[in-house]
Formats: sequence, C-alpha cells, structure tokens
Amino acid sequence: MKVEIIIAGFGGQGVLSMGKILAYSGLMDDKEVTWMPSYGPEQRGGTANVTVILSDDKISSPVLDSYDIVVALNQQSLDKFVPRVKSGGILMYDTSGIHKRPERNDVKVYPINAMEATLEIGNPKAYNMVVMGALLEVMPYKLPMENVVKGLKKSLPERHHNLIPLNEQAIEKGRGLI
Amino acid sequence: MEIQDIIKEENKVYSTPELLDDVHMHYCPGCSHGVIHKLLAEVIHEMGLTERTVGISPVGCAVFAYNYVDVDWVEAAHGRAPAVATAISRLWPENVVFTYQGDGDMAAIGTAETIHAANRGENIVMIFVNNAIYGMTGGQMAPTTLLGQKTATSPYGRRADLNGYPLEITDIMATLRGTCYVTRQSVHTPAAVKKTKAAIKKAFENALAKKGTSVVEVISTCNSGWKMTPVQANEWMAENMFKEYPLGDLKNL
Amino acid sequence: MNDEIRLMKGNEAVAHAAIRYGCDGYFGYPITPQSEVLESLEALMPWETTGMVVLQAESEVAAINMVYGAAASGKAAMTSSSSPGISLKQEGISYMAGAELPALILNVMRGGPGLGTIQPSQADYFQATKGGGHGDYHLIVLAPASVQEMVDFVALGFDLSFKYLTPAMILADGIVGQMMEKVVLPPQRPRRTDDQIREQCPWATTGRKGLRKRNVITSLELESSKMEIINHRLQARYREIEKNEVRWEEINTDDADYLFVAFGSIARICTKAMELAREEGIKVGIVRPITLWPFPDKAIEKAAEGKKGILCVELNAGQMIEDVRLAVHDRIPVCHYGRLGGIIPSPAEIVEELKKMIND
Repeated sequence: MKVEIIIAGFGGQGVLSMGKILAYSGLMDDKEVTWMPSYGPEQRGGTANVTVILSDDKISSPVLDSYDIVVALNQQSLDKFVPRVKSGGILMYDTSGIHKRPERNDVKVYPINAMEATLEIGNPKAYNMVVMGALLEVMPYKLPMENVVKGLKKSLPERHHNLIPLNEQAIEKGRGLI
Repeated sequence: MEIQDIIKEENKVYSTPELLDDVHMHYCPGCSHGVIHKLLAEVIHEMGLTERTVGISPVGCAVFAYNYVDVDWVEAAHGRAPAVATAISRLWPENVVFTYQGDGDMAAIGTAETIHAANRGENIVMIFVNNAIYGMTGGQMAPTTLLGQKTATSPYGRRADLNGYPLEITDIMATLRGTCYVTRQSVHTPAAVKKTKAAIKKAFENALAKKGTSVVEVISTCNSGWKMTPVQANEWMAENMFKEYPLGDLKNL
Repeated sequence: MNDEIRLMKGNEAVAHAAIRYGCDGYFGYPITPQSEVLESLEALMPWETTGMVVLQAESEVAAINMVYGAAASGKAAMTSSSSPGISLKQEGISYMAGAELPALILNVMRGGPGLGTIQPSQADYFQATKGGGHGDYHLIVLAPASVQEMVDFVALGFDLSFKYLTPAMILADGIVGQMMEKVVLPPQRPRRTDDQIREQCPWATTGRKGLRKRNVITSLELESSKMEIINHRLQARYREIEKNEVRWEEINTDDADYLFVAFGSIARICTKAMELAREEGIKVGIVRPITLWPFPDKAIEKAAEGKKGILCVELNAGQMIEDVRLAVHDRIPVCHYGRLGGIIPSPAEIVEELKKMIND
C-alpha cells in the first residue's frame, strides 16, 4: 500500500494541520509517513499545500510530480493540481468558491460542499476535519477510525483534547458528504 | 640591619603574587596591564579561588594574559569575551568567570556582546582596561579616544564630526538592570592601586554571590601608543582622561 | 505503540535528539527555516530535567562564541542556524577548529546569496566542506536525508567531534528541516558529570581543581615555526578522519549504466527518479554521500567503474560536482542538474535531465 496525497488551499483553512493529523493517523496505523509543507510567509494568508505520503514501505521522495489523491480547497489550488492527479486517481474539491469546474475524465471526481457542512456543525475550525472525513471515505486505503482518533490525540496539544469529540463529529459529517 | 636579616621570611614586606608567573611580560615598560594583572592574581589567590577561576582574554595587548596569571584561560575572538564567559559561567556555576578586555574589544567590536551579557545579568566580572587607544595594532583610534587626541588613524586629532564622540560604555553599563556593580578606577598611584584592588575583590565577591554582572573599568596609560614617557603618560591621563572618564563608583548595589 | 516513535519535523527532532544525547548547552538565534530548534528546546525546558542550558543569544556571532566557551570548558555544546546566520558564525567556527574544540553546528540551508530566500537550498556545500572561515581547516560534515538521520547525526556529530577534537556540522536543507516523518528517538543518556568532564577532557578550562597545571584554550601562536607544527597536527588529524570516517549509501549501483550522485533530501527525490527511470528501462543507480567531508571519493570512483555517465543533482549551481569529477578523474562524463533560489526539482524533471545527458 502506498498513497500519495496533496492537500492545497488557503493558509488558515487548516491545510497543514489536516495533513499532520492524516500523517499521524497513518503513523498510528503502523505506516511509514512523510508530511512535506510549502512553508514560509505563504502559510499566512496565501496558498498553502502539504504533501502527505502513507506507505507500507520506506518512502523515497517527499516531493512528487503527480498524486493519487488531490484535495483542492480553492480555485487556484484546483487549477494548479488538476493536471497532476494520476490517471485513475482521485480529485476532491470543495465546491464553495469554485467557478471553473475541473475537466478530467480519467479520474474519480468528488465535489463536496465542506463549507456548508461546517456551517451546519457551527464551528468554523472544524472545516479541515470535515474535509478529512470525506477524504478518509474515498481513500482506497481504509484507515481505521480508532487510529484516526489516536492521530488526533497525538497531533493536538493536550489543552485542545476537549475538542476531539467535535473533530470526530466533523469527520463523520465529512464522511456523509460522499 | 644586615642583609641576612633582611632576607629572612619574617621580614618580607612584598613578594610576587603566588599566581603571577615569574616570566618576562611582553607589555611595554610603563604600561598599566602589568599592575592590573598583579591585582587580579592577588585577589584570586587571597580569595581562595585559584581552583575555580576561569579568565577570558581578549584580542588586543592583553591577548597573552594567559601567559602570566596562573588560572585557566580561554582566548576569545575580538570582542566576544562576554559571550564566551556567559557559556562557561552558566555551565560551570561553581566557577568564577572574568573577562579582561580593552577598549576596542569592549566598546567597539564587542559592544553587542558586552551590553547583552551585562543586560542578562550574567554572574561574571568584566575587567575593562581603557587606555583610549589601540595598543596592539600600533596606536590607532579607539572608541574611547578623546576628542582632539592624535592617533595613527586620527593623525590630526579625533573630530566629533568625522569620528563621533568618546563612547562611555561604562556609563551605559551602569544603566542596565543586569549589572550590580560598575566602577571606574585607575592604577597610577599606590592609593589608586589599592582602590582598584578593592574594586576587583568586590566584583569577584558579587560573582560568587550571584548578584549579576560587575564591571571594573581601569583608566590606563599606553605611553607607547600615546608617544610619551611613562611619567608623562600618567600626568596626561590624570589631566585629560579623568575629565572625560571621572573615577569612582557608577553603581553599587 | 512505542511512545518513542513520533511524527516530527526535522528541526524539532534535533531539539529532542540534543536533549537525549546529554548535550550540555544550546546557544542560538532565530532564523527561518530552522527556528523550530530553539523554539522546541525552549518549550521542552531541558534545564528542568537534564540540566541542559538553552540560551537565545543576541546574535549568531554571540551564539557561536558561547559554543566556543562551552566547548573550551569541555561541555558538549551546539548551535543551529540557516545560511546567512552560518556565514556570521564562520569566525567562531574557525577559532574552534584552530583551538581544537569539539562542537556541533546545524545548518538548515536556504537559498542565497545574501538574504536570499527562505526556501530550501544546498548552496552552502563549498562553505561547509572546504573550511568556511579563514585558515586551513575542515569540519566533519554530515548530510541527513531524513528526519531520522537528523536525530541520529546529532549523536554521531558530537561523538566524532569529541573523538577528533574538531567541530562537526550537520548540513541539512530546508526540506529535511521542515518536513515531518516518523522518527524513533534514542533513549535518554545522562549528561556527563563535572568530574567525568574533568577526566575525559583534561585539556578543558574547568578551573585548576587540585591545583593542576593551568589549561589555556587559544588558537594564537605568533611564532611561525610553532604555528606550522600546529597546522601539521591539524592536517594529520584530517588525514585520520579521511581514513576512518567516510560514510555513504549506494542504491542499485551494481547493474546500473548511469549514476545519480546527490546528498541530503535531493538523494531521496533522485531515488524516486531512479524508480521512474527504471520503469522506462533506464538503468540508473544512486550514490549518496553521507559525509560530505570526508568525501566518499574512493566509493564514487569504484561505483563509477564501467558506467556511462554521472548526473549530479544538487540545489545549487554546481558545487559537489567538483568533488565528484575529482573522484572519477573525469574518466566518464559528469553532468550537473541544479535548481536554484529555493526551487525543488521533481522526480520527473530529474529523469528528463538524465535523458538529456544520455542523448548528448
């Protein structure tokens, strides 16, 4: 098993922390993992992306040309990464704010309205976990939920552990979008 | 008294300090460094700190201080003695660490290290030998060179409009909350030597008591650099240097 | 699951590794992309546990001179910075080499020259491997390709620097500093006691306990004949290091027609490129120098035997390639592919460059 994922969006959407929780969940499931961010000022306000690789075997490059799964959370990210989904791969994007839809017939496309689902939960900070729920649902590698919860616990500082039930709720909400 | 009596141990009134090596010093005749070295050696020995003292020597004339005073020494890069002292003092809190710095080291190239070590209140002693000139490199202008003073790089005298003003770094140090004792002394008369020794002792006591940074500035002569005889240099210092750099305690907590 | 297995950024992992090694002191100044080392240490508060001293200095210059002081007194001390900050540290590094002191310096390289960029680079290869500051000296230079190696090289770097009494440098790039990977932390080692340090480092300025002969740490010797002897002693030690401490990794070099030579995280990208190239039937292998100094020249010479060409891939305009050319005596073509200014080449780009080389 090896799955190569890029999550891209605006800084502030929780892209990097979603990647971290995903990577930690993989680690809790005994996988090899890498988490490679775009870093620097662009984390604050501009576009941000993170490459997460989960694998049974040692991972070579943390930097990739193409991905099994692209998760795009704004138009720029969608435009940039649509051509880079591997044939037969998965493209997931949030429909809110998207005015130009992707044109790929050789990949599975999952438009989700994560923004709306987050508003239903009532806490904007849960947005990235809604997206992650949807991602976990479509990912061919099935990450057991118990290890996702472990990953959440490891990723969040202890003072935020009271937010874990909210995050679990958001993940379930996200799964329901598929 | 016969010579046999004079040389008896019980009649001894003066001897080389235990920690001052009996070697030829490289300092010019008339230089203040020798006296200050002697005072350091005496204070460290008298306070029983021989086994616990580490000195940091500078770049400048006193670079070879480690050849004369019999304690452990680290020779620092130019101006960096306070940073070197900071680490040793923090990592060996039982030891007493002092820096021995000239005016270029302390107030020009090492200003940042000087100010910040003192501002952190490192438990160190800083001996600052201010002779208003760069001795080692051949008499160039120092940050503490007086206005009008002629040096190799201010051959017509220091001008405020070209070279700025004499930097009174010790006064700046006294304003920092990390310093506990800041004093300005000299070694041109026996009375002054006694006072300087008392000041160095107090500084070492402060370091032992973990009271913060102590600064002992010693206004000194550089008769070679000033192109004077030792006697002329002492007179010139008293007449000109003390006006710009008045002696006495600037801070004593 | 073993609690010692964690997901960490390379920079954060270095902080943990330093504490666990029993490092006595860390002195640093913030600069992107390595500030997480100091941030993590301040958050971990090792002075409460192992007694390790952590200090944010007023400058990189002060920080390296604090390391110099700590090392002079026999303590295991380190600093970290990124390219512009490492330039500032060169004075102190040269003094430590001259005074024969052990210390560990981490450079998480960013693009230059000047203030440059905060994105990854390997453009400080020359500076790290050829001396860096003034005078004839070398650092032991380790190039990590993973977060785990960031951890492992802290201990290795300290051990080697104490063994040979010369500073060691971990030459990482922004990729390995900023990415997170699985990492296994070593068990906590106790810091050496002051008495152990006195015994292990009889040269150190620890105070003249027992009224022993005084110790002086200096790099100054005005008499040329003596200074030459000191230089010869340093050079003899460098030859010893070259003999004993060369480290490298080879992947699929046996059946290869071509070789990639790359260090640090770029070697990982080359591994992916190798997989892609082999899928297309191009047999390429990899030599990854782990010690950049001493350089694995004999290993590269041997691996290059019978090969048709070498592609050096670096995040610079061509630095390590000079050592590779020397290693193979220009017997086979050695080409370079470098991206500059913080751009990271993708595996496919590297394959394209390989094809260009083959076709030329």
